[in-house]
Amino acid sequence: MSNREPDFGGAPSVTAAPERPEEQKAAETAVAHVGGALRQTSLWSDAWRQLRRNPFFVVGGLMFLTFTAMAVVPKLFTRIDPRACDISNSAQGPSADAWFGYDVYGCDYYANVIYGARKSMSIGLITIIGVLIIGLVVGALSGYYGGWTDSVLARITDVFYGLPLILGALVLLSVLTTRGVWQISLALIVFGWMTAMRLVRATVVSVKEADYVQAARALGSSTRRVLSRHILPNAVAPLLVYSTIAVGGIIAAEATLSFLGIGLQRPAFSWGLQIDASQNRLRDAAHLLLFPSLFLSLTVLSFILMGDALRDALDPKLR
Amino acid sequence: MADTTTILEPGTGGGSTAPVLEVDDLHVEFRTDRGVVNAVNGISYTVGQHETLAILGESGSGKSVSAQAIMGILDTPPGFVTHGAIRFRGDDMLKMPAGQQRKIRGPGISIVFQDALSSLNPVFTVGHQIAEMFRAHRGTSRQEAKAHAIELMERVRIPAAAQRVNDYPHQFSGGMRQRVMIAMSLALDPEILIADEPTTALDVTVQAQIMELLKDLQRQTGMGLVLITHDLGVVNEVADRVAVMYAGKIVETGNIDEVFSLPAHPYTEGLMASVPHAETKGTRLHPITGQPPNLAAIPPGCSFHPRCPRARFGDLALPGRECAHDVPPLREVLPGRESACHYSEELLDG
Amino acid sequence: MGRYVARRLLLMIPVLIGASFLIFWMVYALPGDPIRALGGDRPLPPAVVAQLREDFNLNDPLLVQYAKYVGGLLQGDFGTAFNGRPVIDTITQRLPVTIRLALVAIGFEIVIGILAGILAGIRRGSYFDNLVLVSTTFVVSIPVFVLGFIAQYTLGLKLGIFPIAGVNEGLYSYILPGLVLASLSLAYVARLTRTSLAENVRNDYVRTARAKGLKPSVVIGKHTLRNSLIPVVTFIGADLGALLGGAIVTESVFNIPGLGRAVYDGVRNQEGVLVVGIVTMFVFFYIFFNLLVDLLYAVLDPRIRYE
Repeated sequence: MSNREPDFGGAPSVTAAPERPEEQKAAETAVAHVGGALRQTSLWSDAWRQLRRNPFFVVGGLMFLTFTAMAVVPKLFTRIDPRACDISNSAQGPSADAWFGYDVYGCDYYANVIYGARKSMSIGLITIIGVLIIGLVVGALSGYYGGWTDSVLARITDVFYGLPLILGALVLLSVLTTRGVWQISLALIVFGWMTAMRLVRATVVSVKEADYVQAARALGSSTRRVLSRHILPNAVAPLLVYSTIAVGGIIAAEATLSFLGIGLQRPAFSWGLQIDASQNRLRDAAHLLLFPSLFLSLTVLSFILMGDALRDALDPKLR
Repeated sequence: MADTTTILEPGTGGGSTAPVLEVDDLHVEFRTDRGVVNAVNGISYTVGQHETLAILGESGSGKSVSAQAIMGILDTPPGFVTHGAIRFRGDDMLKMPAGQQRKIRGPGISIVFQDALSSLNPVFTVGHQIAEMFRAHRGTSRQEAKAHAIELMERVRIPAAAQRVNDYPHQFSGGMRQRVMIAMSLALDPEILIADEPTTALDVTVQAQIMELLKDLQRQTGMGLVLITHDLGVVNEVADRVAVMYAGKIVETGNIDEVFSLPAHPYTEGLMASVPHAETKGTRLHPITGQPPNLAAIPPGCSFHPRCPRARFGDLALPGRECAHDVPPLREVLPGRESACHYSEELLDG
Repeated sequence: MGRYVARRLLLMIPVLIGASFLIFWMVYALPGDPIRALGGDRPLPPAVVAQLREDFNLNDPLLVQYAKYVGGLLQGDFGTAFNGRPVIDTITQRLPVTIRLALVAIGFEIVIGILAGILAGIRRGSYFDNLVLVSTTFVVSIPVFVLGFIAQYTLGLKLGIFPIAGVNEGLYSYILPGLVLASLSLAYVARLTRTSLAENVRNDYVRTARAKGLKPSVVIGKHTLRNSLIPVVTFIGADLGALLGGAIVTESVFNIPGLGRAVYDGVRNQEGVLVVGIVTMFVFFYIFFNLLVDLLYAVLDPRIRYE
């Protein structure tokens, strides 16, 4: 498809070379992005084949599934009621009866840690959906229309970039009266959508001049259709990689906010809260720190492993 | 060491006729996950002073790979030189230690690439990159090296060289950038210049200018020029001899006018026939049928046989010259002309 | 270059205005009572509330409020905490500590991160490369406060190499918290450098450098490295935001008397004004730092200067 090296069999010898190689490279990149159904399915099936064989992805994926199960059906992992507490067991270490020991109130720690998965995963899910929606809309509009729209939206994005995630969420949450799953997700969405927007915008900008897009527009397709059917599918791969890794970051951010006291509040189950509570018992009850930290880290790790593996599998340059 | 003023003096013409660069039975393969790709399968050619050799071939014929092997820029892995020699002034570069090889690249053999924008480092000025040749190989001072850079830029006809020496690659047009690359490669007066598709990425008019520039420079310096291209028109004006490559092998060599007017190999014949002429306007085009071969699965026997209108199989073939089975050697079919076809004589006669 | 600098300066201004307005809007313009939002549950007699409303200009129209708010900021008035202490005093007192911590962290981030990334990037697939890859993956997965506790417990408590809290031992006491603070960023910088280097090494101009007969150390060290560091520099700038957020956590874990700790205490004590004031200062600092990074970027990449 490159018009730089014609098939020797047919084309005339003197080629009409493009004005500038950069345009050609951009065109070739766009062509490589060809949204033909054939090309896309081969990208995904190749990627899946590669992923299946990648031990990091498999391990990460299994962990992810485990933690998701923990979030959805905690009863699968423990029959013990995390709120059935006996103060006489306060801060006791792991034993045969209580695998993770007891917390300061004498509640079974294993059950508490298991139940801690739900809020974290929920916040992760809600936040990433919100981020993707805003990112897609703003990024697509900005990239597709360009001009004033792009300038204004870019400035707005810059303003939000000026407020780092934790700091912005901190301020927002400190003025909200309730701090539940939805409020925290909102805070993380409001200060975390920008990267997704830039990703989408970059994709849209690089693809919108491609021939097949021009063809679709010439045939009278509406903007919405051109965007949704021709342009945005190219963003799926990079967004998937980004989202997977981002969820890990979101879960870590929620834990951080809860640890600081500005996130989920007692008596909610949250690893961040549990870690916060374990602070002053480091010397004699280290298990209070250990188990939620372990679960939190492994959860984040699972997303990072999957995200890295996805990136390698979907990166055309590494093939 | 060499006098730094030699760049302005014309090369001492004449001299020995021994080839400066000799590629001898070179084999290069690429080992990939999906199998071994035989990019170069035993090619040999020589280039001497004042000579221009054109290496003609389509993409995938292996023409650039041999140049990369010479310049030591083969992607290793996955590329490996598995056999053969590359002799510069008689010494096999492949057997030299890395440090010695480096001393030849730049001062002895130099290369110009196709895409000057990506081939020049975007964060350094063109002057810096040209001057680097002097500073790295001859230890020249910054000031002197910069002065040389300006001289070279003037020599390749870049206007306002003294100002433009401080510009960055992206500030030049395509044709000017290519001149910068040529200046950089000529810096140390190399004896051989390899030009790998030097004009493919340029406009037609600029192409002609660059080719003329290369020809002039060659006349001035007496260097050997290896022109790698797929573009028949470009080659005709500039080259003395041509080596046609197909599927990693040289299938025909000879004086360019003779080869073009009377090809000795069906592939070359097909190429000539496929070029549209003004006289044939309005008639059908005659492309070579079929597809270029997959280098991981080169057809047995003559690699061109699936597409060859003159191929002979079975009973029609002469003994030992079954096109699907016997590999035709590159042999002399006329004085100064070689061809790798079992039936070259027929071609030449009829 | 001058035009580029001017442009970036001009662009910084709307961002500063926008960010400060955003903070202002969140605190004062969202539905609900700002006083209550800032003060939390503390019981306030009506007279005090009325006085506070006057102090915060809450009886004025929104834009006037904002104007007075910005006017105050420009004069160094970041508000007054409920305990009577002007926020600016807290800031000036604690800022040096946080700056020291941040510098130590950035130092670790740059030196260790880039070095590890380079060594891993030029020897793709080697033992060291895999080591870097695996270790950074783990570090990135462990939230800063968890890492802080682990470090505090193992290196501080058990092994006694570093102090577990406070800044009583001069610069030495900043090392462990600084390293912990830098950990996440360091890991990202190492990975980014590694990937960037490995990608750039395949670029055409690196091929040209080799074809010119240059020494491998020059090919990598000069031609590849500078191009590879461009995205890394950009990242370090953007990452300062995460570093500032992490400073809050790190200072609380290691009990370092900096601004981060002040924020943490402010959250606990429901001193909303203090929290917002310090965060505002952090944000200004962050935006300004990114301007410097943008300028550095232009030094590294000449193509940007002429945009």
